[in-house]
Amino acid sequence: MNTIFNFLVILLILLNFRLISSSRLTPCIHVLVLQAVILSGVAWMTHQGHMSVHLYFMLAVNIFLKAAVLPWMLTRVVEKNIISRELDPFVGYTASLIIGVVLLGISVMISRPLSLSHTLVEDFFLPVSLFTLFSGLFMIIARKKAITQVLGYMVMENGIYTFGVAMAIHEPFIVELSVLLDVFVAVLIMGVAIFHISREFNHIDTDRLSVLRDL
Amino acid sequence: MIWALLILPASLGLFCLLSHSSDLCRYLLVISALCHSAMVIVLACHRELAISSQWVGLDDAGLLFLGITSLLFSGAAIYTFGYLKAEGDSPIKDMEEHFFFKNSHNAVFVGCMLFFLATMSLVTVSRHLGLMWVAIEATTLSSAPLIYYHRHHRSLEAVWKYILICSVGIALAMLGNFFIVVAGTHIEGAGPLMALDDLIGHASSLNPAWMKAAFVLCLVGYGTKMGLAPMHNWLPDAHSEAPSSISALLSGALLNCAFLVLLRIHTVMIAAGLGDTSRMLFVLLGLMSLGFAAVFIIGQKDFKRMLAYSSVEHMGIIALGLGIGGMGITGSLFHAVNHSLIKGMLFMTAGNIMAAYQTKTIADVKGLMYTRPFTAMLWLAGALAIVGMPPFGIFLSELTILGAMVDTGRFFVAGAYLMALGIIFAAFTAKVLPMIFSPPTAPVQTPPDINNAKKISLKKEPVWSIAPLALFGCLSFVLGIYMPPWLSGLLDGVSRSLGGQ
Repeated sequence: MNTIFNFLVILLILLNFRLISSSRLTPCIHVLVLQAVILSGVAWMTHQGHMSVHLYFMLAVNIFLKAAVLPWMLTRVVEKNIISRELDPFVGYTASLIIGVVLLGISVMISRPLSLSHTLVEDFFLPVSLFTLFSGLFMIIARKKAITQVLGYMVMENGIYTFGVAMAIHEPFIVELSVLLDVFVAVLIMGVAIFHISREFNHIDTDRLSVLRDL
Repeated sequence: MIWALLILPASLGLFCLLSHSSDLCRYLLVISALCHSAMVIVLACHRELAISSQWVGLDDAGLLFLGITSLLFSGAAIYTFGYLKAEGDSPIKDMEEHFFFKNSHNAVFVGCMLFFLATMSLVTVSRHLGLMWVAIEATTLSSAPLIYYHRHHRSLEAVWKYILICSVGIALAMLGNFFIVVAGTHIEGAGPLMALDDLIGHASSLNPAWMKAAFVLCLVGYGTKMGLAPMHNWLPDAHSEAPSSISALLSGALLNCAFLVLLRIHTVMIAAGLGDTSRMLFVLLGLMSLGFAAVFIIGQKDFKRMLAYSSVEHMGIIALGLGIGGMGITGSLFHAVNHSLIKGMLFMTAGNIMAAYQTKTIADVKGLMYTRPFTAMLWLAGALAIVGMPPFGIFLSELTILGAMVDTGRFFVAGAYLMALGIIFAAFTAKVLPMIFSPPTAPVQTPPDINNAKKISLKKEPVWSIAPLALFGCLSFVLGIYMPPWLSGLLDGVSRSLGGQ
């Protein structure tokens, strides 16, 4: 049981490295799908003893939104706007990988004083979710295209869910559902905004979004 | 009754989105804003009408911020009513780069505005950290289309930054929420602790290390939304590109809502005996916001951005007051009330100036006193109030906070606070006074074309663009010299819950 659990977690770490080192958009979207599936797997395993109808429902909604609808939407945005598949990094891919390793180290360091011993979860769950969160943040900062920023936001959200799911935090049903809905609508609105950006500027590089500034 | 507060604007908003009639929507906006205010007044007089569960309830802090939001929204609704009519449906010439653009549909605009009201009301009445998170994220989403009302590339840039920065911030706040739950997982038989009352009840047995980490994450997350430096980057852009009544709402109501959530988490921290950590962080971020605002106001050329940075400053003061504690808490809440009134008034006055001069550049606005006397009066009164001149309420609240600093012996903080306020005072007045008193230049005497001349020299100051603003100004003036007992009761109630006097 525990071995599968650990295997999934290590897979999450490797996926993050894949994400920050890949130069194309499509693999990044695939990483997103895989992450969502793994997360649901982790959630199913933590709750295995006591699955109720509403947990099944939550899992179904989660998989449906994060592994199907959102990636499909992103792919559509890419196709519709004829976005080139290159990611246009501010930070090169090798440098990104090195930064990724540093980020992993930082996540381990941050989580050291926060002990999870009073819970059922292994201690290394926190660094993994923090690392996923940092990878998402790094994607937002270090890549030029607006769509990679949305991707980064979704990875961040996944990282936070990793933690919530592993801790078996079931917030009340309605809250959980509305959190999902909020994230969904946020990505939807960002998608619409990308559509407008590409129509207005004929590209979606965010480094040109720099008219409004004070320095 | 509380549910009615939320459902009325939300359902009318949905109705507006589905209908496509601009005129109907404009009337609905004003009607629902006034109904909302009426309901808030009834609730304030009969507190027992408010249901209270672990989800929603109306405590002193919630009522205070609900009242401000509702009042400000009514004023903004009346202003928007006239504004939407004046904007019309035809393409508009951009005032900075002179291309033509269209506005988004009025029905969408009004619908989103009503959703915005509903979500802000939800923030003020929720007593559950998860629900608060959902509500705050919903305010971001419902206000994004409002900022993108003028469809051109600058507002698009502003809205992109707004959604992205705020969503990322709020995502961090969600991790903070999870940490709070972890801090309470070892407590037997309590289940996941997310409701405020449960959290405060079990506060003494919460795990301090996790609580501290949770507070930092929440402070960064909701602080982004509140506009505390250095997470304020979205704020000047969004405020300067949104229509003026929306800037007023963002600044006067939305930032307060984010502050309210931080206030609630601070209450939990105090109950858990970790008040010193949270106070220290509030003081730190407050001083940083004051510093950033002072630096950026000095060199500002755009009067709407100047007001936006002034919002950063005042949010800093509010956080600072909360961090100082004691009388500072009362001062900071009173400051929030006054800031909302005055900033709402100033942003809408800025909208009048923009309509009159077709510019946002400070140097291009001259002789306001001669061309638009009422607007000039409001602009002058607002500017004096916002920099903290007596007898307006802001003077009183800033003095209270200063007093609290001296009382607790934090002379370094007090010195930095006074210096920042002094710089902002000088910079702000040096920019505003020439706008009002310098002699009017070319456009008024020798207009380039007849159409333009009509627009500029016609002394047209409709009632909708003056009355709500004057009301806000008068209210703040009254608050500066007379504190109504119900308000002071409310402030004391909140202050007591945070361990002040």
